[in-house]
Amino acid sequence: MAKRSVIPFGPQHPVLPEPIHLDLVLEDEVVVEAIPNIGFVHRGLEKLVDSRDYKQYVYVAERICGICSFGHGMGYCESVERAMGIDIPARAKYLRTLWMELSRIHSHLLWLGLLADALGFESLFMQSWRLREKILDIFDMTTGGRIIFSVNQIGGVLKDVEPVMLKEIQKTITELESEVKPIIRTFLEDRLVNMRLRGLGVLSKEQAYTAGAVGPMLRASGVAYDSRETGYAAYADLSFGPITAIEGDSYARVKVRLAEILQSFEILQELLGKIPSGEIAIPVKGNPKGECFVRIEQPRGEAIYYTKGNGTKYLDRFRLRTPTTANIPPMLDLLKGCQLSDVALLILTIDPCISCTER
Amino acid sequence: MSRLKKSPWMLHYDASSCNGCDIEVLACTMPRFDIERFGIINTGNPFHADILLITGGVNAQSAQVVKQIYSQMPNPKVVVAVGICACTGGVFKDCYNILGGVDQVIPVDVYVPGCAARPQSIIDGVLKAVEILEKKQEAREHA
Repeated sequence: MAKRSVIPFGPQHPVLPEPIHLDLVLEDEVVVEAIPNIGFVHRGLEKLVDSRDYKQYVYVAERICGICSFGHGMGYCESVERAMGIDIPARAKYLRTLWMELSRIHSHLLWLGLLADALGFESLFMQSWRLREKILDIFDMTTGGRIIFSVNQIGGVLKDVEPVMLKEIQKTITELESEVKPIIRTFLEDRLVNMRLRGLGVLSKEQAYTAGAVGPMLRASGVAYDSRETGYAAYADLSFGPITAIEGDSYARVKVRLAEILQSFEILQELLGKIPSGEIAIPVKGNPKGECFVRIEQPRGEAIYYTKGNGTKYLDRFRLRTPTTANIPPMLDLLKGCQLSDVALLILTIDPCISCTER
Repeated sequence: MSRLKKSPWMLHYDASSCNGCDIEVLACTMPRFDIERFGIINTGNPFHADILLITGGVNAQSAQVVKQIYSQMPNPKVVVAVGICACTGGVFKDCYNILGGVDQVIPVDVYVPGCAARPQSIIDGVLKAVEILEKKQEAREHA
């Protein structure tokens, strides 16, 4: 039997912008087991619902994660609104969907850049992030923030988007779509990217389902599940379907995310043609009472928001199940039997967001 | 002594940030903001680094890592606290697992406020840090 050794991976590692620590048990170059150790970015912000009232807490919820910031604020607001029985105006629903889909494109482009960096493909990294800046410019124009823009509130949104801006957004995304296509072609057809990703870290349909994978990770293994189809915000009015692949390897996970970028452009075009006029928020009176579960499809997969109110302005409990939490067990399955040099790449293909996971 | 000023290398560590400032630090190295035009390279190795950028407030577990990275960096070195959480704890100040700003565990030279800190202000902070780095080096040479 080959000699076993343990290699520490992280928390400070050049490939990952965020800290996660893994103890990799190796037999020669092959990983036998990966033991995760998390808690480097745990802040304990769920407990803050005790001391911030439910309207203030929106700003804390948006700071769970800087990449999917808008989605977290929206998920929290939706769950409080459903608990209170509030129906927000149609324009607010459309605006939330607009920012959510823009966030998805920005998150996927960011991830593609990081993946290209992990492959050593520096120019592709720079190109992906260059295009992502155009989405951030839209955020800056419509809300005044690039990363965390705090436009959600209980009962609607805080800022309206003027018709001139909507036209500008439509123009930008049309241009962006044509600029993204060459990058997509490079990811799908480049010989080096193919050699590195094809057949790496195969997750079968059964494995993905039983280990509880979510989001692009689950869809890349052939399970057609997208919680946007549950019809929150304005998604019920829009036509789209889950994007799947059957291979289940790292290449399939890239393919699914690339197709989702194009799908988001289609959703945005449809949404911009349909957006109704009217109020953007309704006044909210009273305090939340009772429990509510809400499922939101974040760029990384399904996130579950739970709130429990007790009739006072402070909530009893806020709980969040993030997509990365669900994707860590299948990731540990993938790591078993892979080469040490592929570990960083495999961790990246689940698109980990550690600050969401640990909160 | 212009060697350090011309090519200081920086290291970034996420102490307990929400990711917002982390991706802005990375965005600084992109062609649009291009921090590399000042000769600054983003390195992954503490032994190569002159400037330490820390995002997020420190918690019990990350405090050990921050101290270790700081002790591994060669002298002279400067620390930039990026974002309001790294400066004071920010919105998470009252969380049970947050000890406070980065200055609770290691000395900080430059504070960059903002949530998330904008790339322009991060670059401004890093350039201020380079001046401090040079002063520290001069003080060492004359000591």
